Amino acid sequence: MSLLAAPIEKPPLPSYLEAGHSVRSWLCTLDHKRIGLLYLFSITFFFAIAAVAAALMRIELLTPAGDVVASDTYNRLFTLHGVLMVWFFLIPSIPSVLGNFVIPLMIGARDVAFPRLNLVSWYLFIFGGAFTLYSIVGGGVDTGWTFYTPYSSTYSNSHVMAMAAGVFITGFSSIATGLNFIVTIHKLRAPGLTWFRLPLFIWSMYATSVIMVLATPVLAITLLLIGLERFFGVGIFDPKLGGDPLLFQHLFWFYSHPAVYIMILPGMGVVSETIAAFARKPIFGYHVVAFASLAIAGLGFLVWGHHMFVSSQSVYAGVVFSLLSFLVAVPSAVKVFSWTATLYRASISFETPLIYALGFMGLFTIGGLTGMILATLAVDVHVHDTYFVVAHFHYIMVGGMVLGYLGGLHYWWPKISGRMYHEWTARISALITFIGFNLTFFPQFVLGYMGMPRRYHAYPQEFQMLNVLSTAGASILAIGYILPLIYLTWSFFYGKKAGPNPWRNPGLEWQTASPAPEHNFETTPVVNGPPYDFEVLPEESV
Amino acid sequence: MPASAVSLVAFLGLPARASALASRVDALFITQLVVSGLMVGLLLALNLYFLYRYRRGAKVDRRPLEISEWKIETAWIVATLVTFIAFFFWGARLYVDEEKAPAVAYDIAVTGRQWMWDVRQPNGRREFNTLHVPSGRPVRLSLTSEDVIHSFYVPAFRMKQDVVPGKRVTLWFNATREGTYSLFCAEFCGTKHSAMIGEIVVQSPSDYAQWLASDATPQPDRLRGRELFAKYSCSGCHDQPSAIHAPSLVGVFGSSIPLDNGEFVRADETYLRDSILQPAKQVIAGYQPIMPSFQGVIPESDLLELIAYIETLNESTAPTAADAAHP
Repeated sequence: MSLLAAPIEKPPLPSYLEAGHSVRSWLCTLDHKRIGLLYLFSITFFFAIAAVAAALMRIELLTPAGDVVASDTYNRLFTLHGVLMVWFFLIPSIPSVLGNFVIPLMIGARDVAFPRLNLVSWYLFIFGGAFTLYSIVGGGVDTGWTFYTPYSSTYSNSHVMAMAAGVFITGFSSIATGLNFIVTIHKLRAPGLTWFRLPLFIWSMYATSVIMVLATPVLAITLLLIGLERFFGVGIFDPKLGGDPLLFQHLFWFYSHPAVYIMILPGMGVVSETIAAFARKPIFGYHVVAFASLAIAGLGFLVWGHHMFVSSQSVYAGVVFSLLSFLVAVPSAVKVFSWTATLYRASISFETPLIYALGFMGLFTIGGLTGMILATLAVDVHVHDTYFVVAHFHYIMVGGMVLGYLGGLHYWWPKISGRMYHEWTARISALITFIGFNLTFFPQFVLGYMGMPRRYHAYPQEFQMLNVLSTAGASILAIGYILPLIYLTWSFFYGKKAGPNPWRNPGLEWQTASPAPEHNFETTPVVNGPPYDFEVLPEESV
Repeated sequence: MPASAVSLVAFLGLPARASALASRVDALFITQLVVSGLMVGLLLALNLYFLYRYRRGAKVDRRPLEISEWKIETAWIVATLVTFIAFFFWGARLYVDEEKAPAVAYDIAVTGRQWMWDVRQPNGRREFNTLHVPSGRPVRLSLTSEDVIHSFYVPAFRMKQDVVPGKRVTLWFNATREGTYSLFCAEFCGTKHSAMIGEIVVQSPSDYAQWLASDATPQPDRLRGRELFAKYSCSGCHDQPSAIHAPSLVGVFGSSIPLDNGEFVRADETYLRDSILQPAKQVIAGYQPIMPSFQGVIPESDLLELIAYIETLNESTAPTAADAAHP
């Protein structure tokens, strides 16, 4: 977007990092950037625990016999992995870390609409996380992240309610963050920044926020109902008490399928930003891509039944859900085509964020196409609840969201830290992640079609070779995760100073100092043109 | 990319096809793989070409496109939609076709419980974690669970059905190839979920008949069914004559029953089951809804035998209280 703002002078304002050094100045901060960093540290912590759980599972699966850990331990490991990764890493990753940090900067605002609520969200998140960690220390939970009834409500002898309480509380953090973003995007855009001048990241965060606000309450209701049944014996889901187990699945997936889009739309937003930035060109079909985000958010609410094709729900319901699931794939496909078309006649440079974005496109395409296979009724009957599904959603969530998150983190790192990371180390690390990921999860598609069910602690001999391959890939993937942790931390203290706009990008967030001052802009920017107008800042001029 | 190398294995690694459905599902799946592969290949080629040709510093034409973006967007939206809808119809057609079992299907009852499959052959022979079936004829499984949700999964048949407590669901298949195939529980059901596996033994009809008859002491369900009929006090009201106004169950199974709301219902196994667990749901015309619910009172295995007993009441040779007392 082109600007009327005066060129940046010597920074008279201290950066947000220098605005206070006490612990209190961090824990009681109302600055969206500091809250973003608080989230960054917390989700990295949860990611590490969940990753260790995954590592233990992969080690167990090296051999067909269940010999490394006991069955009950294995069941606790995959539950822990799923719950932490979904609610304590993926859902808050891009929205709460990057969204918090860059949304106000990208729309030329001083902060989010409700800074105090923003801080409350983080405390709720930590509080929920504490409950979840307590349930692990107290003995773990063995229901799987899906908490299917009546196993979770009546049969499981584990700390289901402590973990459900953790997820319940964290849900309110999601709702508050979503609400905050919606109001911020509606009310705090800089003068001249109309809806169709917004960067696509803002569009995707807006769609994500709508899902968070509308879907998360259903999860809260569902978890409360489990509590009612477990504590008071009210028959809701357990047929022995007069309940219906499928009701739980309907309620759970009514939240959790839209939640899948909470876990991918933000990644798509980052990819749109980074492709535009390093192709130095507006995204092809800007309006279509923007509306595709909203279409995904809307249709995403109508496809939950595709998780239940073999659950004994009505055949005709299955047919309708299958059709709607095919429809929701169209806007996703359109995005991939539009990104590809953006590269045509572009001026491309291969910085790390672009490598991550290209990796995202590849993995998301495979994840999306296998999603189409899963939406096909007769095929899903065979591959449902097998490793095919496990591979599919990891292609979307790890291949998509984690690569999107890492790409975004590198892209905005200069704005966050004021410094540059080491470019070649980062490029190689991105490549390692891509290769390690494919080695880990591609064999699982094959395992799934061969018929290996998921959540198996021990498995028949014929599945071993591919499992060994998958574990080998996971160890490469681990290197791809550990490297950025090291070199980004290093660069935070010792990296080359980035300057306000290292990418020569016309986006508003780049028109202020790096790291950004406490209130973002010295003077409120005014926008008078479309987004991604790279003509204003030609590559050559410095 | 390692992906393409492994996808080759995918073709080689297809599990055995032992049902009429298996090759139809595989045909659809392989078509989808080929279309997906072409799609990935096309995108990969375009991206690599653009990335190389339009790299920064290359002397190339970078003027804006001449064709309108809307035309291109519309073109690929329509193309994607058409492909997807075609696959939707193909998959849905197969699914709906396979939903209804042929009328002549051979019935076997399977109960899932933590952590085993409990099979009852039509002559009452029981087996655990193994299911013998004859090849070349439709077999219909009547699936129930005693505790949590399980899922009956036979990869070689490309068949899976969740087994939901409190509900009777059916699954049918036509096994075409003799042999032994894996049976898995596909829905997580607790500690020993991964040990809830077994075998499907597909035999020629004559071998199967021989196997079925080889069990020396098959215990007919209906004898035990009569004991249970007394044990749960069903006989107190339903044996005629009775002091309480309750319908006789002789001849009920398979008949069309008038309900108090004026509708008719066919008294199949599902109806009998519902009438025991939720008696107030469909009350026979002329009777008061006074029967208590037996939900949570009668275990799943007993329920099967009770229903089997009620079915035998159609036959003149139905065992009586006297038979059950002196078997």
